[in-house]
Amino acid sequence: MGRSVLLIEDEPNIVEAISFILERDGWTVRIHSDGATATDAVARTNPDVLILDVMLPGRSGFDILKDLRRNGATANLPILMLTARGQTKDREMAESYGVSQFMTKPFSNAEMLETVRALAAEAKT
Amino acid sequence: MKSPGRPVFLERDLYRRRRVIDAAKLLPILGLALFLLPVLTMDLGQPAHVSTSGRLIYFFSVWFFLIAIAFVLSRWLRPEVTARAPETEPRGEAKGPAAPES
Amino acid sequence: MLGFNAIVFIALAYVVMLFAVAFYADRKARRTGGAWLRGPWIYTLSLSVYCTAWTFYGAVGNAARSGLEYLTIYLGPTLVFLGWWWILRKLVRIGRAERITSIADLVSSRYGKSSAVAVLVTILAVVGSTPYISLQLQSVTLSFVVFSGSTDQGQISELLVNDRANVNRIAFWVSVGLAIFTILFGTRNLDTNERHYGVVTAIAVEAVVKLVALIAVGAFVVWGVSGGIPQTLDIIANSPVGEWRPEPSRWIGLTFLSAVAIICLPRMFQVMVVEQSDESHLATASWAFPLYLMAISLFVLPIAAIGLAILPDGANPDLFVLTLPLEMERDWLATLAFLGGFSSATSMVIVAAIALSTMVSNHIVIPLWLASRAGGATVSGDVRSVVLMSRRVSIAAIVALGYIYYRLTDGSTALSAIGLVSFAGVAQVMPALMAALFWRGATRRGAIAGLVTGFAVWAYTLLLPAVGAFSAEMLTFGPAGLEILRPQALFGFTGMDSLVHAIFWSIGLNTLAFLVVSLVTFPSPLERLQGASFVNVFERSGGARGWSGGVAATEDLLVMTQRLLGAKEAQNMFHKAAVEQGKTSGLPDPTPDFVNVLERELAGSVGAATAHAMIGQINGQASVSVQDLLAVADESAQMLEYSSQLEEKSRELEQTARQLRDANEKLTALSVQKDAFLSQISHELRTPMTSIRSFSEFLQEGDMPEKERARYSQIIHNESIRLTRLLDDLLDLTVLENGQVELHIGPATLRELIDRAVAATGAEHLAIDRDPAGEEVVFNTDSDRMTQVFINLISNAAKYCDAEKPRLKIAVQASDHMIEIDFIDNGSGVPKDKESIIFEKFARASDQSAAGSAGLGLAISREILARLGGEIRYIGGRDGAAFRVSIYLEQDSLAAE
Repeated sequence: MGRSVLLIEDEPNIVEAISFILERDGWTVRIHSDGATATDAVARTNPDVLILDVMLPGRSGFDILKDLRRNGATANLPILMLTARGQTKDREMAESYGVSQFMTKPFSNAEMLETVRALAAEAKT
Repeated sequence: MKSPGRPVFLERDLYRRRRVIDAAKLLPILGLALFLLPVLTMDLGQPAHVSTSGRLIYFFSVWFFLIAIAFVLSRWLRPEVTARAPETEPRGEAKGPAAPES
Repeated sequence: MLGFNAIVFIALAYVVMLFAVAFYADRKARRTGGAWLRGPWIYTLSLSVYCTAWTFYGAVGNAARSGLEYLTIYLGPTLVFLGWWWILRKLVRIGRAERITSIADLVSSRYGKSSAVAVLVTILAVVGSTPYISLQLQSVTLSFVVFSGSTDQGQISELLVNDRANVNRIAFWVSVGLAIFTILFGTRNLDTNERHYGVVTAIAVEAVVKLVALIAVGAFVVWGVSGGIPQTLDIIANSPVGEWRPEPSRWIGLTFLSAVAIICLPRMFQVMVVEQSDESHLATASWAFPLYLMAISLFVLPIAAIGLAILPDGANPDLFVLTLPLEMERDWLATLAFLGGFSSATSMVIVAAIALSTMVSNHIVIPLWLASRAGGATVSGDVRSVVLMSRRVSIAAIVALGYIYYRLTDGSTALSAIGLVSFAGVAQVMPALMAALFWRGATRRGAIAGLVTGFAVWAYTLLLPAVGAFSAEMLTFGPAGLEILRPQALFGFTGMDSLVHAIFWSIGLNTLAFLVVSLVTFPSPLERLQGASFVNVFERSGGARGWSGGVAATEDLLVMTQRLLGAKEAQNMFHKAAVEQGKTSGLPDPTPDFVNVLERELAGSVGAATAHAMIGQINGQASVSVQDLLAVADESAQMLEYSSQLEEKSRELEQTARQLRDANEKLTALSVQKDAFLSQISHELRTPMTSIRSFSEFLQEGDMPEKERARYSQIIHNESIRLTRLLDDLLDLTVLENGQVELHIGPATLRELIDRAVAATGAEHLAIDRDPAGEEVVFNTDSDRMTQVFINLISNAAKYCDAEKPRLKIAVQASDHMIEIDFIDNGSGVPKDKESIIFEKFARASDQSAAGSAGLGLAISREILARLGGEIRYIGGRDGAAFRVSIYLEQDSLAAE
């Protein structure tokens, strides 16, 4: 029973890096790179953990987060948000919208893996 | 002790100009008083025999006197008004003084 | 003696001469600007339209009846002109600033551009002027009658009685003639500024004629008849008016009334404010016009006294000026006197009819016409012809009214009495007008209340009794026996002269109603704005504020303006506005400023209230009323106005507040930009760093298959390059922006530069159409930098062109002064709202961060071109994205090869 992650990110190299980190650990990683259709992708794939970038083509990660939290099916979905803008303002905003974890790029591979694991474990209990 | 601030007294020309404006504003009041004087000082009770000819001379003298003052004042007041005049006409004068009238 | 036919011929010849003068003046004004036509002398002389047949004939009649009292009619205006600094200066300035077309326009403009006020003042002016016009008809008719009979006074009265039909026929034809003359001159064209140089010049000529004529008759009477000044004074002393017995109340009342009339009479307003072309003329007129008045009234009493002495009893003193020379058999002098009287009458009728017809047309006919058309101001058709036609009809109707009044009163009343009825009528505008100039608290409702009250009281106490509408019983016992309402003794105050009584009550109640209603009502925002801009007319710099946040389409405005001003003038105006807004072609944006300017222009043709309503119709198509728009626009101004203690400075404050608000917005925008800039840099730097860190950590783990190892190294390498390039760009931009860049200028061929750029971009999927012939142009530049610009543009097209088969067209246009290179692709272009920001740092037209692009390219290109003497612009309105690089050439740079 593989645990699944949906990765919403448009930078191909970062997608490759994260996929590599998680797949080695036995996760199923699905990838989506467009912001506008991101919520549909979440509904379709129903992941255990969602990794969401802030700067996406089509729609901002914050808006997607807001939508997901409003929707009953995904209100408790563990969401890890990634940003490269590195401002505390962004973190505060994400937290106010109900993000589960927030991470600033660049991240260490171990940090990424541990965070995703922790999120999944939290959701189970 | 001289304060370095704003000058208390206006520049001489400007001061003069202000007083001319004051005079121009007072002139009609003076005129009104002089024009009404013969009427207001009339004693209605007793018919004083005043000749029309005399009054005729009085009124025209006052009239002329007021016009003369107005003439002098208008010379003084003119520069400012003409200084603002260039905005008057969009066409015409732009050609400058080279518009000799036939 | 001259016969009737001869005098008719002389009158016609004189009219033809006036035509010639007016025609010449019009042409002169149109051609060279005719500086002297707008000089202070013509202005002063045109003011003499105040002196009508009433002065020319009636003043002598008045003097024969009541001695020096006639002087009051000239002393009042003298005082007003001596005090020009108080009222006239302000009136004239406002008239110019607001492009006022008539007194009704001015009053309505002050009270919120209210049509109700405009209509009221117009009706008042028409009703008030009708007796006056009839007076002119009567005097011209009388003077013709004098020539049609003999000099025998008995015979004239007999003729008046027995041959009524004949006299009426003369009056009728005089009216027709005057109407035609006025129409021909007053409405030949629809001047945007309502000035009639031709008419004004003709009026000035008539002013000279009447002055000369009256002085000639006076001089003849004093030195030719009585034998000198002392003898004349003797004759005066022994005449029925030899003793000075003024009624103080009448003396004061008439001085006041004439002072008010010189400001409020529609014809005076026309020549004084509307036709005025230079404020400084007032300075001259301040003494020259009183001088004219003095000169024209100098011989009035002598003529009256001597007429009384030597003409038979029962001779009409209103005609002494004419009958004295005839009695003495001086035909030439009588003819001159006739022309003087004719001039006085015609000039009055012409100017009054022009002034009144402008009001009637602008405030009654045109609004009705607009309302009757479903589409309002936007329907097609030439409004100008409608305006002209309505003015012509109005002129005819106004003269016809004068004729009807003349028939109603049977031409029986003494001239000066008629004139005073008129004066008192138009004086009802005074409270509203003075408050317009000096009191910001006056309101529209107050003005309406005052006007209606004053008009009603005037009609009841003066006009209706004068035309004989009330029975003797009614006058003695009041309506239905109510003595308190006796028309000539209101509220039981008997013993007052009927004219003074009427002035006192009409102006008094008028002012009272005006003040009370103004104090208890609240003005609309527009009224308050106009109030402030009228009262503070000398402090303001800009025009009156009005249109904010409108939704007018410029095309609609243009269509409407063309119909009012004519196509050419309208297009010129719009073009000018477009240029002022910084556009090289096309229509201007309907900014509030532009719409305001436009409204004032239109107000010059159709009056403020109508212009406002017309623009309102177009501006308000989004079902928002003009009031709503203004209320919104005005809120801030009001808050300032009322919170501030310096009420008079409120306009300045408003301006300051606006500047502050602007500055604040700019600051906010700047800090937002800076914020955005920083987080952009952060994003652009961290993204490659993320990949580098991740993949280098993989490599550090050590147990990587060789294949993956190589691939990850490659990724790290690429991302490092991306990082470096970004830093280079940032550095580059900083250097360029600070002007520290070193340029290597030398001759270069455009084709080679573009070749290099195309090769460097290496965008295989992008097809590039080039212009080999055009590109063979050599110019001095920094080749590397210029190539960098081209690379940016080409790679932009490669990245962002979203067409299925992307194509880029590079077109070149070279002239002696510049080279223009257009880069046009076939994609969807830059969205309109992004056009203005694409040259900013990190700006991207789409949210998409295309790989490898930090969004600095265009910003760098712009800086480079600025250094190299050129510019880069985005050209909207093409099918795809289109950038134009312009390089300005120095004179000899093309001559290199």
